[in-house]
Amino acid sequence: MELTIPDLSLVVLIGASGSGKSTFAARHFAPTQVLSSDYFRGLVSDDENDQSATADAFDVLHHVAGKRLAAGRVTVVDATNVQRRARAALVALAREHDVLPVAVVLDLPEDVCVARNAARPDRDFGARVVRRHVADLRKSLRHLGKEGFRKVHVLHGQSEVDSASFAYERMLNDLRHETGPFDVVGDVHGCRAELEELLGALGYVLSRDDAGRAVDAAHPEGRRAAFVGDLVDRGPDTPGVLRLVMGMVRSGHAFAVSGNHEHKLVRALRGRDVKVAHGLGESLAQLAEEPAGFREEVEAFCHGLVSHHVLDGGALVLAHAGLPERFHGRASSRVRSFALYGDTTGETDEFGLPVRYPWADDYRGEAVVLYGHTPVPDVEWVNRTLCLDTGVVFGGRLTALRYPEKEVVSVAAHRVWYEPVRPLGTAPDRGPRPLKLGDVTGNRAVGTAHHGRVAISAEHSAAALEVMSRFAVDPRWLAYLPPTMAPTATSARQDVLEHPAEAFAGFRGAGVAHVLCEEKHMGSRAVVLVCRDAATAPRRFDVEGTGAVHTRTGRAFFPTDLNEALLDRVRAAVASAGLWEELATDWLLLDAELLPWSAKADGLVREQYASVGAAACAALPRAVDALTAARERGVDVGDLLARTASRAANASAYRAAYRRYVWDTDGLDGVRLAPFQVLASQGRTYEGKPHPWHLAVAGRLRAADPDLFTATRNLVVDTTDERSLAAGAAWWEELTAAGGEGMVVKPLANLVRGRRGLVQPGVKVRGREYLRIIYGPDYTETANLDRLRERSLGGKRSLALREYALGLEGLRRVAAGEPLWRVHECVFAVLALESEPVDPRL
Amino acid sequence: MLLTITTTHRPASDLGFLLHKHPGRAQVFAVAGGVAHVFYPRADEDVCTVALLLEVDPVALVRRGRAGGLAQYVNDRPYAAGSLVAVAMGAVFRTALNGRCDARPELVGQVIPLRVEVPAVGTPDAGLPAALFGPLGWAVEATPVPLDPEVPAWGDSRYVDLVLTAELRLADALRQLYVLLPVLDGSKHYWVDRQEVDKLLRAGAGWLAGHPERELVTRRYLGRGGGFVPSALERLAEADDVPEEALDNALDEPVDVPLPPAVQRREAVLAVLRSAGARRVVDLGCGEGALLRALVEDPLFTEVLGVDVSSKALRTAERRLHLDRLSDRARGRISVRQSSLTYADEGLAGYDAAVLMEVVEHVEEDRLPVVEHNVFGVARPGTVVVTTPNVEYNALFESLRPNAFRHADHRFEWTRARFRAWADAVGRRYGYTAAHLPVGPEDPALGSPTQLAVFTRRQES
Repeated sequence: MELTIPDLSLVVLIGASGSGKSTFAARHFAPTQVLSSDYFRGLVSDDENDQSATADAFDVLHHVAGKRLAAGRVTVVDATNVQRRARAALVALAREHDVLPVAVVLDLPEDVCVARNAARPDRDFGARVVRRHVADLRKSLRHLGKEGFRKVHVLHGQSEVDSASFAYERMLNDLRHETGPFDVVGDVHGCRAELEELLGALGYVLSRDDAGRAVDAAHPEGRRAAFVGDLVDRGPDTPGVLRLVMGMVRSGHAFAVSGNHEHKLVRALRGRDVKVAHGLGESLAQLAEEPAGFREEVEAFCHGLVSHHVLDGGALVLAHAGLPERFHGRASSRVRSFALYGDTTGETDEFGLPVRYPWADDYRGEAVVLYGHTPVPDVEWVNRTLCLDTGVVFGGRLTALRYPEKEVVSVAAHRVWYEPVRPLGTAPDRGPRPLKLGDVTGNRAVGTAHHGRVAISAEHSAAALEVMSRFAVDPRWLAYLPPTMAPTATSARQDVLEHPAEAFAGFRGAGVAHVLCEEKHMGSRAVVLVCRDAATAPRRFDVEGTGAVHTRTGRAFFPTDLNEALLDRVRAAVASAGLWEELATDWLLLDAELLPWSAKADGLVREQYASVGAAACAALPRAVDALTAARERGVDVGDLLARTASRAANASAYRAAYRRYVWDTDGLDGVRLAPFQVLASQGRTYEGKPHPWHLAVAGRLRAADPDLFTATRNLVVDTTDERSLAAGAAWWEELTAAGGEGMVVKPLANLVRGRRGLVQPGVKVRGREYLRIIYGPDYTETANLDRLRERSLGGKRSLALREYALGLEGLRRVAAGEPLWRVHECVFAVLALESEPVDPRL
Repeated sequence: MLLTITTTHRPASDLGFLLHKHPGRAQVFAVAGGVAHVFYPRADEDVCTVALLLEVDPVALVRRGRAGGLAQYVNDRPYAAGSLVAVAMGAVFRTALNGRCDARPELVGQVIPLRVEVPAVGTPDAGLPAALFGPLGWAVEATPVPLDPEVPAWGDSRYVDLVLTAELRLADALRQLYVLLPVLDGSKHYWVDRQEVDKLLRAGAGWLAGHPERELVTRRYLGRGGGFVPSALERLAEADDVPEEALDNALDEPVDVPLPPAVQRREAVLAVLRSAGARRVVDLGCGEGALLRALVEDPLFTEVLGVDVSSKALRTAERRLHLDRLSDRARGRISVRQSSLTYADEGLAGYDAAVLMEVVEHVEEDRLPVVEHNVFGVARPGTVVVTTPNVEYNALFESLRPNAFRHADHRFEWTRARFRAWADAVGRRYGYTAAHLPVGPEDPALGSPTQLAVFTRRQES
């Protein structure tokens, strides 16, 4: 005897003690699928037969069952379940998770159960209990269907129990094996002519019956159409639309889900008391003209439509009014209700229409959800959802989406077939689409293409939340935060902490033969997002404005007016360099250095660096004077005088070091921008372009506006050639001797994967004088250098790679036009990682 | 760091006996934080000068395992006289500090002319040295040190070149320096043991009690204590080259707004909540929990939630509300957690009332629409109470610079008209009616210091 059960169900075994449920369950299901009340009794009380522990045991059992059902796993409850109360709790649990409850009854003779119990030493309850079980069970049998079980299988006697086997059946909504391609069509509402035109535009070939009526349509390349419901009502030819769509579905050329209008139509056709409104009258009148057989066909077809379909391995979901992720592939009345009618807030707008809860704003699922139901003036992706109802019956358009191409095809309404209550195109201002707290807080893991999942702790998320909320620019502008960069391995030389030799050797060891040394600018890291015109940002980023210039933690560099002026200059240079056309984009994301450092860090320079310099230069020369006087008196001050004089000189050098980062700016006068990498543009990222390509782009910007853009001096080094290595080291020495900050060494090819994963995208080699600002004026004293050499770089390197991977992932997502929360997740994660405790001097 | 003491007492070289340090020798002492050197640049019958030079070893301090930020290696400790110099004085001149001189006991009680030079000592304002040392009989010259002579636009640093002259007993002078140099400096210090505080206070015996600034002295003294554990926030500040205080200033008291307005504001908000019949209240931007405490004290409010974006503020609020010690029943009524007004937080839905007390002005104006959406659209309580400064009233705050905001983190301060326009627009958009109330003393022309709006959700049809 084959027992069919839906492949997403809660199987409730029902049988008296001793009826063999556990043995039966063990034969048909994996041990982890079976939740036995005896086992849970043991879990909470150390005694499987302790009846006083029953309530606690079921609490835990229900909890575990709930977790399994939430994860979509078939779950079997092995308990007597002979009482209605016990079963009701399980039916409720199944509904709570929108899965189907199934009852499997083991109806065995009382004496068999009693005998089995008597044979078990641990079962000390008497035959009376078993007799009561059997009586309860018999009483229950007739009502199981009414109790809410979708299927009831009753096995009478041991032979039926022994011969039983289970077969899983797919849920009606489960079309995951259908992988497309599809053409998904929005609300048709009886607009047959427009539908025929749209199918034609999509490449379908219509077949017609003798009367010339379209009865099927097939695509020569085997594409299939899919309808998101509301085929009927309001429009001029509901029967014609149904004839065509029913034919397509019948012949396997189309799929369809139910809309609310089909649901009402079925009830009306069945003579139920339905308020004839919203265009139902038109359908009924048109169908009244048709033969009764056709009406019956329509009734059967509409009745048979499922609430939603899950297609293409779960990557595509069709539901008339949309569907939150937790309902995908589930079955319950509330799933059906949401899919057909959506979620209303209980409020009505000024036209008396229900205000719908913006479920798509909250949607965070991986699957694309295509839906209709609410007429919109234009289709617009929101978090991988798209509403295809463009109001053809109200004089708008009939729209389809080619899947997986995501290409929109639509035809205009031939006329206004039905006057809308709310004029088309006057959709209420939807307001901002905020990010959700749950998108960023807590312990998180972000999947990256290049470095697997990157974990973020709750503590670091919390720190990032504060900075992001209080100081960062609007997250819609934040496409990228630059990763931290590790310094080169500590130098073996006596007089410096960092030297190019170790950087070159490191890349050579990672298999990178050619590196590019780039001058390290004495400024602040700046990310520039520039849009071609004012129309770009609303379209691409859902925000008003023309771009953003922000720091490595997302703060704006300048007040609005200066920001706009800077963006204007960048925009003009991009245009003049011909980059809009060359990169086929209307926005560009640049990684750059903004100079001078004091433009951003004026407060820090004054409060930290200049203060230390002031105190040092006030105290040390006076100490030198005092020591000199003492020595002149003949006091033996040992080497203290020489040491103090050296420290006084260090203090002057330290002051000189920070002063190089300070110059006056007035508005944009004095502000320089050194772009060194193109990060992303529409549909593209550039981590695969070799660095010389990026610097060539920067050179073209500089040619267009030499007052703003500054060059990045650079040198290619072959890490396998001694002469080239020496030239690289000499170049660094020359740069830093002139007071330069140092250089960054990058693989010439840009993104490089080695045997052990990502290679560092760059390491910095900082100059001896610059490091005075970092390690203190006296760090160059031999005793200090020796101790500072014992620095640990592992944590910084690991952090740099994780942030690099997150950055690339965010760029990939923003270039692909992914939803804001998907981009923001990466950006936020970089900021969170930046709050990890790593030596800030590295 | 350097400190010199000069006397013209005759014979001046008696200073060597008083200090127990031979004028002909340079001596070295290991002290907390480094090495102290004592030597005499001049020592003759007319003039005798002793120098205390402290060599601080910042690398060693870091290596001693005190994790921290950039300021560890690059800080003014090796140069500016502060707590470390006091510690060194305590170690090197202990006998003199205690007023003992076994070789020449008669010198101890003698008032002698003294000149103390400290070429770099930090001070919050250039007038403080005179206020601290003046009452003790010192003539005070405090010459500000420029922040950087090559960048005159920056003005003065927080250091002064300090010269003190007086006729005092040396022991008294040393004990005063021992206490007052760290008080002047007042900055965070990372390596002085807490127990030092007791020792330092003992040094105040005899002069501190009668000092007109004794409260300030005590406060600045004790306020310095504690370890230095860098916060995650501080690390973020470092990542972007801004001083930590710039990111962590949400808790600072607004300038020049005395306490009563804060109390009046709180009372006004409570009155509005009571009259609205609110039982379950969420305080959005609860800070350190001043309003939460008032809400919990009133049993009318059955459930109180405080949220803030600052983890630090929440920790303080938890401590002040004694959340860990409340009974289960009381604990069930109050909770705090982190949230952000710029992210939609569904957990804030379903409350009777939400309070935004002095919060909106901390949000950039271009981010307000999303905050409005999250408060009025997502949380959507029956009542929303918003208070914000009335910028017109700022003219009446004498100590506020013209056109300055009341708080460094305020992104805007609104006129009454602007606030009303905002409230009306928000009300229209989200289905609330707004009523306005003044809070605090009303000026006939400029209104009240604080403006308050009560938003009431319209009945849904």
